[in-house]
Amino acid sequence: MKQMVSFVLNGIPVEVAVKPEATLLEMLRDEIGLTSPKCGCNHGDCGACTVHLDNQAVKSCLVLAMTVQGREVVTLDGITPSQGLHPIQQAFYEKGAPQCGYCTPGMVMAADAFLHRNPHPTLEEIKEALSGNLCRCGSYEKYAQAVLAVANGEYGPLPEGREQDV
Amino acid sequence: MFNAIGKPIPRYDGLGHVTGRTIYVSDVTMPGTLTCKVLRCPYYRARIVSLDVTQAKRMPGVYGVITREDVPYNRFAMVPDNHVLAEEITRYRGQPVAAVAAVSKEAALDALAKIKVEYEELEPVFDPEKAMEPDAPQIRPEGNVHLFDGTSPVRRVRRGDIEKGFAEADVIVEGRYTTPCEEHAPLECCSTLAYVDESGKLVLYSKTQGVYFVMGDLANVFQLPMNKLKFIGNTIGGSFGSGNSVATDHIAGLLALKTGKPVRYTLTRAEEMMFTTISTPWIFKIKDGVRRDGKITARHVEVIHDCGAFTELGLYAAEKNANLVAGANLIENLAVDTHMVFTNKLPSGSRRGFGVNVGQFAEQVQLDRDARAVGISPMAIRFINAFHEDDISHVGNRLRAVSTIETLQGVADLAGISLEEQYRTMSSKEVEK
Repeated sequence: MKQMVSFVLNGIPVEVAVKPEATLLEMLRDEIGLTSPKCGCNHGDCGACTVHLDNQAVKSCLVLAMTVQGREVVTLDGITPSQGLHPIQQAFYEKGAPQCGYCTPGMVMAADAFLHRNPHPTLEEIKEALSGNLCRCGSYEKYAQAVLAVANGEYGPLPEGREQDV
Repeated sequence: MFNAIGKPIPRYDGLGHVTGRTIYVSDVTMPGTLTCKVLRCPYYRARIVSLDVTQAKRMPGVYGVITREDVPYNRFAMVPDNHVLAEEITRYRGQPVAAVAAVSKEAALDALAKIKVEYEELEPVFDPEKAMEPDAPQIRPEGNVHLFDGTSPVRRVRRGDIEKGFAEADVIVEGRYTTPCEEHAPLECCSTLAYVDESGKLVLYSKTQGVYFVMGDLANVFQLPMNKLKFIGNTIGGSFGSGNSVATDHIAGLLALKTGKPVRYTLTRAEEMMFTTISTPWIFKIKDGVRRDGKITARHVEVIHDCGAFTELGLYAAEKNANLVAGANLIENLAVDTHMVFTNKLPSGSRRGFGVNVGQFAEQVQLDRDARAVGISPMAIRFINAFHEDDISHVGNRLRAVSTIETLQGVADLAGISLEEQYRTMSSKEVEK
């Protein structure tokens, strides 16, 4: 029997009917139809499903949908500006970090949460922060260098608030 | 003058990737899609004594259950010897036995649990060298050793006279090299969305990497003319060769045809890791005759390709390997003997230079050993034996645009190795006589 869960998704209050055993990832993809969080392993190993829950990066396949009641969920769609790109997106794009791109949404979300927590990291700290996000094409170095470039201000300041018009 | 050469250019799909707007095969949806789950054989080798899907068909939410009886043509793959759904004898752990399409994942899994299969477990063979022995369990009715062109258990490459070459050598160097099973582990698991469209065509959204590699093969499985099959590739979340083998298209398509409803079959991470094609193991035994000056006078290579349970792309790999395993060296007296052997491992698929890189690993380590045996540097032995422009390859092609020497010079430069004068100035274009 599905149950209702109310939360704020990308700045908009939503109410969704889900099975009690559904994960946040299943709710976002299958009930709401947001495909930016990807399913790579469904076991919390790969990080392709990373979203923000109350401004913290979480693996949405490890979060039960019912537990986001009253909380704030942000997917990649929520940090993508209506015009242009977020600095991390711009850096990934210009540096050619994504290859197949399947890990990219999770990488952006992990990097964004990390840079808000630690705005001036070392390269080592960036690699540590992204170590929960697997990239089988092997773009780790480009992703890390792109995040470092963002931290160095090469792509402008990180937006503080969230886009509200998704 | 140039718009692209020498300049970084943005990827055409880069904006979609960084914004999450790229649609992958597993993102495509159709209203009313059923979920497919597959029952897999838990044994490496077994006889299916009985298979009963009666109860599974009666489970709530189940639209279709299929076994081999429901497959119009149960053979597929480039060499069509693989079974869509298991026949009497299963050959690898995880081989699909039956498939269910139901309204939800839960309903499909509940139905799988109601399928009754009685297996008689049979002795499996894992070691390809053991599989070649005459008293080994015969895992295929045709025998464990592949017959090339239907007649020869060995693919032979011959050049010159290796006995004469070995007689000219000062040192004989022998080495045995093995490579393990390797899984591609792409981040997006294999997935297919299949449905019959309004014109009666079977449409397959497939996480294939080779639409035209497998389309004819699938038409054969469905026994549909090509104009009744619409095969749609898409952006895929990594593949690395795994997408050249069919893992979900055939079963999803069969269930869509059977139920008349859209069917989605996506492998779980565990299925992707454990039951899709892999790089299967190789064994290389290399015997070289080397002169004191570093010239390889003779080489004998014995190759054993463990092809796993079905041919899949193993034959393609074995043929490529036989042609290239002796490396980028001009060896006047050469013999390559390649065997392809079936075991109860996963079938041999394509993965990143399949058949080629494994042979180069063996050949390159052997060259280092050769160099040590005659007391010259690893670089020197590669220059001394390198192919030059217009040399004849080991399988008889005249080589054009040869760059072995220039590549070695580049490698030495990057590795900070200072080359001796004669190697620094050597060129692929000039042949020393």
